[in-house]
Amino acid sequence: MKNLGDLEKFINSELTSKINNSFIKHDNIYLNIDHDELIDVISFLKTNKETKFRQLIEITAVDYPESEYRFKMVYFLLSHEHNKRVIIDYSIKENDIISSITSLFPSANWMEREVFDMYGLNFKNHPDLRRILTDYGFEGYPLRKDFPLTGHNEVRYSEEDKKVIYEPVKLEQNYRNFDYESPWEGTKYIKEIKKS
Amino acid sequence: MAKEKKTLNLNFGPQHPAAHGVLRLILQLDGEVVEKADPHIGLLHRGTEKLIENKTYTQAVPYFDRLDYVAPMNQEHAFALAIEKILKIEVPARAQYIRVIFCEIGRILSHILNVTTQAMDVGALTPTLWGFEEREKLMGFYERVSGSRLHANYFRAGGVHKDLPSGLDNDIDEFCDKFPKIIDDLETLLTDNRIFKQRNVDIGIVSKQDALDYSFSGVMLRGSGIAWDLRRSQPYDCYNDLQFKIPVGKNGDCYDRYLCRIEEMRESVKIIKQCLKNLPKGPIKTDDGKISPPPKKEIKESMEALIHHFKLFTEGYRVEKDEIYTAVEAPKGEFGVYLISDGSSKPYKCKIRAPGFTHLQAMDYLIKGHMLADVPAVLGSMDIVFGEVDR
Repeated sequence: MKNLGDLEKFINSELTSKINNSFIKHDNIYLNIDHDELIDVISFLKTNKETKFRQLIEITAVDYPESEYRFKMVYFLLSHEHNKRVIIDYSIKENDIISSITSLFPSANWMEREVFDMYGLNFKNHPDLRRILTDYGFEGYPLRKDFPLTGHNEVRYSEEDKKVIYEPVKLEQNYRNFDYESPWEGTKYIKEIKKS
Repeated sequence: MAKEKKTLNLNFGPQHPAAHGVLRLILQLDGEVVEKADPHIGLLHRGTEKLIENKTYTQAVPYFDRLDYVAPMNQEHAFALAIEKILKIEVPARAQYIRVIFCEIGRILSHILNVTTQAMDVGALTPTLWGFEEREKLMGFYERVSGSRLHANYFRAGGVHKDLPSGLDNDIDEFCDKFPKIIDDLETLLTDNRIFKQRNVDIGIVSKQDALDYSFSGVMLRGSGIAWDLRRSQPYDCYNDLQFKIPVGKNGDCYDRYLCRIEEMRESVKIIKQCLKNLPKGPIKTDDGKISPPPKKEIKESMEALIHHFKLFTEGYRVEKDEIYTAVEAPKGEFGVYLISDGSSKPYKCKIRAPGFTHLQAMDYLIKGHMLADVPAVLGSMDIVFGEVDR
């Protein structure tokens, strides 16, 4: 299947109700699916000879704190045979448990661990769900939008204790976030005055 | 009486010269045979993705230099391409050629480092000394074009920061004439070297299927006989106009990966030569004042240019709401950037897909059943740099 549009139609016709929405953008196929259909969709895309998305490129999550379904999970697959990419996503709530795809792709192991580490999302049937990038004994989920950029703890070598110790972050100056919004478009306080 | 089996736990790293950085590897050994390897990574984790979310698009570029710090510009490339695709910017031809030249220089930088340090891990010191002399020259080119030897911060959305200084193209060309001889010299030291072969041939074999399953890319994939190179299959910038071959291995062992890297360096030299020969004249970045800063002269004369300059370096340019995944063939494999923009001047999310992360993951699978002494050889052939693994 040479054409991206044909491939999208084919996937839609085969998976029908499992796909909520699909479109083509930037030479990739974007599929929006239901949380429960993940394993079915991915194993179909991997094994079907028309699709052959045999390589998992990456798994990640996106945090939308205001939304009811707070997190969006995103999976990237690549087909060498057809030279195509597909991006699969679905939304979940904070406490939903995601099915692990390690049985389909062994490389999903670390990628899911990273999502667990960075966003605190839980996977079922994962062989080894531990934190991966953060420190031993780390608390919190760094890539969530409500996690402060500076973090909570800092480490230093203490001359008195003769060891490395953890302390709450103390900064001489906080990270400064300026509002650069163009005056022509109206700065925030003017907008607020206008509203009221 | 049956002998009771004892496994020994060995802590390899975090400070081990053959770990190529800060890797802590917990090895379970049965005698000298490795039964299980559990890499502990993240010792160099700096929260790059979080930092990028809090910086403007221009300010985010230097973070990409600090990922795979032996080939910095290749990663800037992926980020620049992502923004360009969202904003639909035409990149001037000259900028494309310059970017490709420096990406290929980055590839040579990375491959020299990898090939020679891998040789050092298995016992040969001379290649490192010879290779690093060449790296020094290449980093000199980096410095001349961007002002710094490593963290270049040179690529921009819409082109590159500055044009090549006068004479640099000739010097690069001269380097390209001499460099293949150096590769030959390295090969005389290694390719048929008995010890090097004993340490690398049939070590860490990856089958085609496993290479796919473990999400390998780059040389790790090509070493196993899969001809896949993003420069060819999903060309970006001017790679479509260039002639180059893609070396592919046969057995998928450490030695084949070494051979692939050597050949790739030769191909890179050819690419650079072609680019220099056909280097078009013209602008080196887009002339859209909303995205790239105006020339200094204009700032002094034109009010509009002054405003553009001020806005670009305070607020930064805005990127409309979109999501995109772009990948480039970095020296280590597929380096991807998944960018979600929300219309502001800062990315909402920027996921970095580092090839080393998935390669290192396969450590357990690759090393199982090998001897302890093979750990550095396998690790070396995976071409791990912790800047990108830990992000």
